Amino acid sequence: MSTPLVMFLVFIVITLGITYWAAQRSAGASAYFAAGRRITGMQNGIAVAGDYMSAASFLGIAGIIAFQGYDGFMYSVGFLVAYLTVLLIVAEPLRNAGKYTMADVLAYRLSPRPVRAMAAVSTLTVSTFYMIAQMVGAGTLVALLLKGSGISYNWAVIGVGILMVAYVVFGGMLATTWVQIVKAVLLVAGTVLLSILVLAHFHFSLSEFFDAVSHVKDGAKVVNFLEPGLRYKPPYGALDLISLGLALVLGTAGLPHILVRFYTVPDAKTARVSVVWAMVIIGVFYILTTFLGFGAATIVGKGFIAKNGGQNMSAPLLAQNLGGDIFFAFISSIAFATILAVVAGLTISASTSFAHDVYENVIHHGEAQSAEKTVLVARITAFVVGFVSILIAIVLGPTFNVAFLVGLAFAVAASANLPVILFSIFWKRFTTAGAISGLVVGLACSLALIIISPSIMGTDGKHLINMVPLFPLENPGIISIPLGFIGAFIGTMMSKVDDNSAAKFTELEVRANTGLGSEKALAAH
Amino acid sequence: MGSQPKMHLDPQQNITAATDWDRVAANSEFKDLMAAKAKFIVPATVFFLVYYFALPALVGYAPELMKKPVIGPLNVAYLFALSQFVVAWAIAFLYMRAASHFDAMAKSVLAHLNVQKKSESEAAK
Repeated sequence: MSTPLVMFLVFIVITLGITYWAAQRSAGASAYFAAGRRITGMQNGIAVAGDYMSAASFLGIAGIIAFQGYDGFMYSVGFLVAYLTVLLIVAEPLRNAGKYTMADVLAYRLSPRPVRAMAAVSTLTVSTFYMIAQMVGAGTLVALLLKGSGISYNWAVIGVGILMVAYVVFGGMLATTWVQIVKAVLLVAGTVLLSILVLAHFHFSLSEFFDAVSHVKDGAKVVNFLEPGLRYKPPYGALDLISLGLALVLGTAGLPHILVRFYTVPDAKTARVSVVWAMVIIGVFYILTTFLGFGAATIVGKGFIAKNGGQNMSAPLLAQNLGGDIFFAFISSIAFATILAVVAGLTISASTSFAHDVYENVIHHGEAQSAEKTVLVARITAFVVGFVSILIAIVLGPTFNVAFLVGLAFAVAASANLPVILFSIFWKRFTTAGAISGLVVGLACSLALIIISPSIMGTDGKHLINMVPLFPLENPGIISIPLGFIGAFIGTMMSKVDDNSAAKFTELEVRANTGLGSEKALAAH
Repeated sequence: MGSQPKMHLDPQQNITAATDWDRVAANSEFKDLMAAKAKFIVPATVFFLVYYFALPALVGYAPELMKKPVIGPLNVAYLFALSQFVVAWAIAFLYMRAASHFDAMAKSVLAHLNVQKKSESEAAK
């Protein structure tokens, strides 16, 4: 057996152990869906960071920086700054007002059945985009990593799918949280180690490092990778950059798998503390992408990476170059762990949304169902979600770009989810019709613009639809996010004043700002 | 951090009488809390959005300015991007400080109005 395979198996054994431990403690709905709300601020902060630093961050951003220099670093900046939206505006009201899902906050004042049904559709859509990116990343990694071990792309995807279902079905939120924590610690350790090796390569001289970055050989030319403009070029580059920025900064606060994490802590104050912990970890990680990405550009080189697995393999190939096969195996297993953990986090948020929003509240009109039944529905959903994403990832194949798919998930989240979350918390006049039209318009516009964008349409034979793109930008955010807000606004103004919603606004405002009446943590056993 | 509420509460027990919400909302201390929050959160949000979007806007529309070297090969673009990390952390730090003040205000609102607010206040130490 190859070294990477052994290291990966060790991680699987550890995480399955965590799952077994958590399964003993996951009785009851609050325990299963929200880890009993007894996760501490620091633990949850690490888990939020773990949920966030996905295959797209570790493999994708390192790859974009390695190939397109500074422009790729713009992703890193946006990914961190986005947490200010979460910290200042969303995390605390959400924790105080909700129970298990994002839709809890939307349904608080509005008619619960239509709002929850639509919010569940949006949650499943965003999670699917995110999930496909992770599964494809896993498959690509295997193709390179376990060359000769007999494990193909398809089998890797199936393996990841089965594991994620196991974590979620047996261990629930508690297992998923601890898998995130283990993974986040490994990922940051691996990134720090790799960055130190890059610096060592340049004799621990930052000026030598940045000199090399500003003189990267690209074929016959010498290119300054610190200068913007290698990815985003005129005439639409500037708009695309702003569009991406909007999607990142406004989308994070609408990502269902991040939002559910704030229900795992005892109160709003702890939710706030966990965002700050997450910002410290995420910030350090994204600053270090400077060394991963530019390191791969200068030490390994674009040409070699392109021939050996492609852009997404920049970080693992850098590890191989600097630390040999053992370090390569180590970094690759961290990438695996990353993917596995994020996939588990996505699965639990999707299955919680289905069990809580659709099964309990839409099908059973909000009449409390027994915890056993609800948890069973969530477990069945986890199975279905796992099966569907295995299929989609196998159909798409290993060539899809992972960082880019995740960028689209952010755009959908920012366009559909964020406007209705903000209006629910801050706008007294907001109505059910407004929420539905905001969700529908945001979701439909972002998806439609993605389909007619250069990501899907092109004439070079590499795109899904072979024609000239109808929409010039890669990321739809700059158009679809305002449309989501306008949709929610017009829907509200066209419907008549909802007295119940206005009366409940006072309740929500008091609850969100004082924590009065918020969900309590389970008592210690 | 890490402390747990000491008693087990049945969620059903927490349903607060409808009049309590209005009583809190009408309270002048609660209004002060909302004003204090808005006074921090609104300018902080506007500032971070303007500061953040200045980066893609300048990179996109003033590339020559952004390419100017400042320290050795490090140009305006890269240093501006790095400063985003520092600014984000600074705002988070300032918010943490302001929020501990908000927590105290919220606690005092509920204590003075004598409404149900069990376990949390003593748990969050």
